[in-house]
Amino acid sequence: MNGRRSFGSSSSGGGGRGKTGHGAQAGKDGQQQRRPMFRRRKVCKFCADKIDDINYKDVKLLLPFVPERAKILPRRISGTCAKHQRKLRTAIMRARVLALIPYTAE
Amino acid sequence: MNRKYELVYVVSPDASDDQVAELHTQVEAIVQRMGGTLEKTENWGRRKLAYEIGRHKEGTYVLEVVLGSGELMKEIDRRLKVFDLVIRHLTVRMDEELEVVESIRTRRSEASRRRRVARGLPPDRQPGEGQRGEPDDDRDDRYDMGLEEGR
Repeated sequence: MNGRRSFGSSSSGGGGRGKTGHGAQAGKDGQQQRRPMFRRRKVCKFCADKIDDINYKDVKLLLPFVPERAKILPRRISGTCAKHQRKLRTAIMRARVLALIPYTAE
Repeated sequence: MNRKYELVYVVSPDASDDQVAELHTQVEAIVQRMGGTLEKTENWGRRKLAYEIGRHKEGTYVLEVVLGSGELMKEIDRRLKVFDLVIRHLTVRMDEELEVVESIRTRRSEASRRRRVARGLPPDRQPGEGQRGEPDDDRDDRYDMGLEEGR
């Protein structure tokens, strides 16, 4: 689904792999330096960008956290910290009431 | 006791601009009658809905920021429920959240000022200062290295 790959010798869980699979970057990695287990460090987007106020009106901010099926992206994938995931959840739920964000994909 | 509320309502796409304006004046009238103030109004215009409500696929969004009491919002809520033209509405109390956000912001900026002073720098960032601008700079680094190798 998210373009996950397994590189044969995967021993310790592939938890952080979800984000690595962005096509172009992975291809470039393969050519230049071989890094079989490149795991991107997961950081909370809101802590990193210092976004204090997660607002339900800001659809652009929320959309990356509701992928195709319109479910809320879990913390283990997105890397969001607990505090911000909580705020994100309320924001998404409010935006859904106003039909800014879908409840489900039809 | 004045609280800050945000009210967003979605008006049916069949409504004319006049009807939307009429709704706004009605809300305004209620706010004034109940001793509140209307701080801001924003018309987001016509947007596509994320899902169908009734048989509507789009709607006109209007945002109002209201200072007032809980009774006032209750009354507005009651009135908006009655109008068939309003297909969805939501009131959110803002003041408490805003306070929290404000305190986080000031705490952060003060902490950074203190650190900067401790390092013997002026408390505020000078223009053109700072090494990491973008969150994606690991990717940029690789790109820079590639350029230098080419040269």
